[in-house]
Amino acid sequence: MYDIKHEAKGLVTHGNSACAGCGLELIMRKTMEVVGPDTIIVIPPGCAAMFSGFGKEGGLKIAGCQMNLENTAACASGIRAALNAQGNTHTTVLGFAGDGGTLDIGLQSLSGMFERGDRVMYVCYDNEAYMNTGVQGSSATPASASTTTTPGGKTSQKKDLMMIAMAHRIPYAATASLQNLNDLKKKLEKAKNANGPSLVHVHTPCPTGWRFNPALSIELARAAVRTGAWILYEYENGKITINNKLTELAEIDTYIGKQGRFKHLNAEQKTELGKQIKDNYFTYTSMLERMSIH
Amino acid sequence: MAYVMLDGNMAAAEAIKLARVKVISAYPITPQSSVPEMLADFVNEGKMDAQYVRVESEHSALSVATTAAMAGSRAATATASNGLALMHEVLGMTAGNRVPIVMPVVNRGIAAPWTLWCEHGDSMCERDMGWLQFYSQNVQEILDLILMAYRVCEDARVLLPAMVCLDGFFLSHSMQKVDVPDQTLVDEFIGEFKNKNTYLDPNDPMFLCDLTGNEEYTEMRYQQKVALDAVPKVVEEVFAEFNKKFGRSYKIVEGYQTEDADAVLVALGSMCGTAKYVVNKMRKEGKKVGLVKVTMFRPFPLSHIKKAIGNAPVVGVFDRSTGLGSLGGPVWNEVAAAMRRSNCEIYPYIGGIGGRDVTVENLEGIFNELLDLKDGKKAENTTWFDLKGNPMEIRQVYQNV
Repeated sequence: MYDIKHEAKGLVTHGNSACAGCGLELIMRKTMEVVGPDTIIVIPPGCAAMFSGFGKEGGLKIAGCQMNLENTAACASGIRAALNAQGNTHTTVLGFAGDGGTLDIGLQSLSGMFERGDRVMYVCYDNEAYMNTGVQGSSATPASASTTTTPGGKTSQKKDLMMIAMAHRIPYAATASLQNLNDLKKKLEKAKNANGPSLVHVHTPCPTGWRFNPALSIELARAAVRTGAWILYEYENGKITINNKLTELAEIDTYIGKQGRFKHLNAEQKTELGKQIKDNYFTYTSMLERMSIH
Repeated sequence: MAYVMLDGNMAAAEAIKLARVKVISAYPITPQSSVPEMLADFVNEGKMDAQYVRVESEHSALSVATTAAMAGSRAATATASNGLALMHEVLGMTAGNRVPIVMPVVNRGIAAPWTLWCEHGDSMCERDMGWLQFYSQNVQEILDLILMAYRVCEDARVLLPAMVCLDGFFLSHSMQKVDVPDQTLVDEFIGEFKNKNTYLDPNDPMFLCDLTGNEEYTEMRYQQKVALDAVPKVVEEVFAEFNKKFGRSYKIVEGYQTEDADAVLVALGSMCGTAKYVVNKMRKEGKKVGLVKVTMFRPFPLSHIKKAIGNAPVVGVFDRSTGLGSLGGPVWNEVAAAMRRSNCEIYPYIGGIGGRDVTVENLEGIFNELLDLKDGKKAENTTWFDLKGNPMEIRQVYQNV
């Protein structure tokens, strides 16, 4: 059906309207490398919609549709149900949505899909706010981060998507980061092959929304992991594996100091935020260790 | 062919089974709930070979059905009232992506105040979403209209979804004798589901529903309008073929005793049965009244309505929904626009809402009022004709006023 004007290496167009340094674009390319052409993708309106295309130009070489903001999981379930009815067990059904479409407005349909056990691979690229509409705060915006709707810094904590996924006892869920693409691809591969619903929750640096130099996207992804602000772990058939067990955390300033969204904090507030992130890292990882079925 | 006793919901479930639907998405809401229950039993007992997706909301119910059909399987769901309201934005997806789903809608009012009972306000709110709408008079019509709607919706000239509306409780829970056709005949009539034009298939990939600029959006919406314009002809062909195969005749708009009528009433749904009884009764008394029964409300069948109303000098339009803030109910608005070049007077009537029964006395009162209006014995009509005497007295709170 597609009339290919410019042959791209891989399944993603070479030219697209992503911002310079966009973390999402790299996640999309890596995801497409893993899932391959035998895939149907559901993308809600949001930053990822630039891969849906515009008008007659598409951004991907695979089949897909852009449905509503809150029903990515349900639409993926519908496609899976049809494929099941046709005896097709080989095609991957992929939901690919941002944090707003996943943790906020899409959480109900995601929960439904998880609970039913539908074999859908779900990737959440988490850039920690509604970036496509102009950087409004979401439930995934971290505490203290400034957005256009949390101008003085968000006063509540980031919602924990992994815990919600694990509460549904799905076969596979993982957090991932652009700091280690091999790890990301390995997790996408496991999600693709899971015998049921799967989730890969990817931390997604956004130069436009976080206000940093676009050359630093990967560096910031790495800094988030090293400061303990983003914890890498997997939940596989009830077993939890922490991928980045750290005994010592990097200085918080290596992460938040490079971003405009934390600029409003004074030195004391930055230290306090650093302490919170550090405490959370050790409390959270020890909780994960206790939760794991060995 | 076999006569069985079915209520409206059973007939809807039976029709979905006969249509060999392959994906069912189900979410319960009164008075629709027995539809997903019966479909679950059919699947569980092996009477239906279908995927049953037990979703967590009506929004997801229509999302699942829509993408399942886009991915190549005939799909169905059913809803009512607030459930249909929750589906609102997905209704646009179904129609705009040209997905031919047939959805029973068990008519019930939308809160507030809460009501469990019949009115057409739920489906009337969605009348401009690009779906076809059929309204059933009795249980047999529910089954037949669903079967015929599949043919119409999946026709390459149409490719649009349809609601088959049935009055909550008056039809959904009313047992009637129904002729259930043989599966073989239905198979011949409906045929296999096959996507046309738009589909999700990894072997022939296309991306559906991306952002569309203003240089194409108008034209794509116009394509939907053209598809709706094609519907009456397709429906007439399908009705004729159905009649030939199953021996039951349907009309888009049925004129009942309208030829020489002094006053006609336009109505839809289960009240048409009562209205026909009233017309017969009043004709015996020498009063020339008639009924215009609208089976297909969307697309609005302009020429059929004009023909059925004919030269009647006064026309009443019975809306079983409030049309709040408008000059009249939604059916009245359309009829008034359709007849704007005619000399007839068109009066709005609003009633039978929230499950209030439309009685013989109600309808007789309306017809008599229309005759009085014609004869100049009355100047104004009583739009909210079944109001109780003290509407402003009930539930009044005399604090902070």
